[in-house]
Amino acid sequence: MTMDSGLRDSCPECAAPVAPQDRFCEACGRNLRVQRTPVGGPVTARCACGGAEFDGEGFCARCGRARVAVRDRVEFVLPGVAGVSDRGRRRQRNEDSMAFGRVRGRGVAVVVCDGVASSERAEQASQTAVDTAVDVLLTGLQSGADAEAATADAVTAANGAVARLARPEAAEVAPSCTFVSAVVTDDSATVGWVGDSRAYLVAGTGAARLTTDDTWAAQLVAEGVLTEEEALTDRRAHVLSRWLGADAGAVEPQSVTFMVETPGLLVLCSDGLWNYVPEPEDLLAVLPRGVPPVEVARGLVDVALEAGGHDNITVVVIQLRGGNGS
Amino acid sequence: MGLEFGVEVFQNEYLPQGAGQVDAIVTVTAGGTGAPGREVEPAAAAEVVVIDTSGSMDYPPTKLAAAKRATAAAVDALRDGVRFAVVAGTDTARVVYPNGPGMEVAGPATRAAAKKAVNRLHADGGTAMGQWLLLADRLFAGQDAELRHAILLTDGENQHETPERLTEVLEHVAGGFTCDCRGVGTNWRVAELRRISEALLGSVDIVADPADLAEDFRSMAVAAMGKAVADVSLRLWTPEHAEVRFLKQAAPTLVDLTGWRVESAPRVGDYPTGAWAAGESRDYHLCVRVRPAGVGDRMLASRVSLVDPAGAVLGQGRVLAVWTDDVALSTRINAEVAQHTGQAELASAIREGLEARRAGDAERATARLGRAVRLAHETGNTDTARLLAGVVEVQDAPTGTVRLRRQVADADEMTLDTRSTVTRRIGRA
Repeated sequence: MTMDSGLRDSCPECAAPVAPQDRFCEACGRNLRVQRTPVGGPVTARCACGGAEFDGEGFCARCGRARVAVRDRVEFVLPGVAGVSDRGRRRQRNEDSMAFGRVRGRGVAVVVCDGVASSERAEQASQTAVDTAVDVLLTGLQSGADAEAATADAVTAANGAVARLARPEAAEVAPSCTFVSAVVTDDSATVGWVGDSRAYLVAGTGAARLTTDDTWAAQLVAEGVLTEEEALTDRRAHVLSRWLGADAGAVEPQSVTFMVETPGLLVLCSDGLWNYVPEPEDLLAVLPRGVPPVEVARGLVDVALEAGGHDNITVVVIQLRGGNGS
Repeated sequence: MGLEFGVEVFQNEYLPQGAGQVDAIVTVTAGGTGAPGREVEPAAAAEVVVIDTSGSMDYPPTKLAAAKRATAAAVDALRDGVRFAVVAGTDTARVVYPNGPGMEVAGPATRAAAKKAVNRLHADGGTAMGQWLLLADRLFAGQDAELRHAILLTDGENQHETPERLTEVLEHVAGGFTCDCRGVGTNWRVAELRRISEALLGSVDIVADPADLAEDFRSMAVAAMGKAVADVSLRLWTPEHAEVRFLKQAAPTLVDLTGWRVESAPRVGDYPTGAWAAGESRDYHLCVRVRPAGVGDRMLASRVSLVDPAGAVLGQGRVLAVWTDDVALSTRINAEVAQHTGQAELASAIREGLEARRAGDAERATARLGRAVRLAHETGNTDTARLLAGVVEVQDAPTGTVRLRRQVADADEMTLDTRSTVTRRIGRA
């Protein structure tokens, strides 16, 4: 599924004609300054029974079946930001989710979450988390809120929403997920994270990892117990020390804010990608050049698939303009 | 008017692959507690008291005397402004009060006049309850009242009318009014009164001692007048290829509503629930058969709405089906569903046991009543357990080991029979 991009001359909700300077659609009231990926993730237009009518809760008006999410391969494209999420070659389901949006004249907000495979309904956890968090971040962009504060609020809201999915009698498998977000304006970017989903910055000929994994292995590396190489192969490499979910308690993200001075790319990804290209220079070596963000994302997902695709792979690429305006 | 209804659904929505039966307990609670403007205006209510004056009511004469006192108590409990009438039933039916056509408006003078007319009644003649109900229905039809409630009292069998005729009458009058039925003494038939009360969405009970009648009538009239909204229907939407196997009221009493479905739109059926008081709560057991979907699919098996006569939705809930290959999920038993399934089985075990006992089949009676003792024990239905103990000697309740009692008072047996449909909810917060 691909979303169309570029400036609109018709309302995306009701198709009424709109002018580029309009802030709201005069026909249906939709906010035209905000464009975002669909809430609830990608869904089919038709039910398996052939019905095309769904009620407000997404149930087919004819056969009652819930609208099906088509998660195996998802592509979303908005101006200046694109994401690709793929089930990979080994997993039954794609439990990664991504959501992003753009507020005209303000900036872009992106969230990627990776459902924890050992928890139940992991894809519901990650989808709920990205939907909840991106709402908070987009609201923050519209009101001009501090990006780090908005990121912390987004994590609190997403953590609460995921925690509410848990069944009290099955606390040990409470739905849970990781979290990485970006809030990007013309001149600055804020990245926040919980868990082991990552963000990389690519500018000119250099690349840098912006996040540190919340895993037991990473903690041991930080304490000097393991080397980076040992940590990668250690069985605890992916054991999370922090996550979102009912058993996570109160969670505050780690975050980093930097000034955007030169054009470049911000890459948010789940471990389905970075397992194969852990170091910034590994990523740089395989990064497609001179193509729009969606091609970059597709290229990186292909790299992971060709390397084995052992896990779900999600990559969101954001173009940084470096003060040129977006 | 205009109560909000809360609808809560209790179920295990997870089904194993290929399964298509979805069970849910739907708890409906009428909101509010008689907030201003939410009461039905007194003029909008109508009450008919139907009193059996067949010859047997004179044996012993205390029966008719008690019935008169009870009718007086019910009349006294009517609010000023309520339309009312009193009907005397034999093998025909006649209006005892008012003298003129139609109904009278309750007030000090009319209440006194009605009681005077009731006092002059004497017992003579047969029993044809269908005639009584038809007259009540005609009286209600002349009134523009939202709440239409009747009390029917009898002491005997419906001897002067065929069961088929009664069935025809019930089909004709159902939906016209609600009716609570009371049997006095032990010469009436539980099954007969239950048919009437179920068709007319009311209760049925035994009043073994005529002395208790007055208080019973008073509380029925008060409860009927306390209803805040009338003619509420339960509306079920079900998907294509689905079938409502049954819809039963499961608490406070068991009432099978399945046969009362009226199609209101494609895939939509309405079931009458009668009138509701503010704060009143009832449980419904819904069983829907749907066409199984694939593992991982999620389906709306039914949308349950409460609707008023104009079709306005007063509350809504949904019953889901999710197919899974996770046995731990699909084998979970929902406590509410189990409780009400157990109580429905308890009621049928009691009825079958009593029937077998009457037919002289001691073996079957022992087995069914033993099963009932065990179910009453398991579902925590202590009232029913106590009534069962009047009919069987309980040796071990957990295993349902019982012995039939040789001497059983008719009143004990009939009380057990009538109250077998009174259910108990499991404790909820």
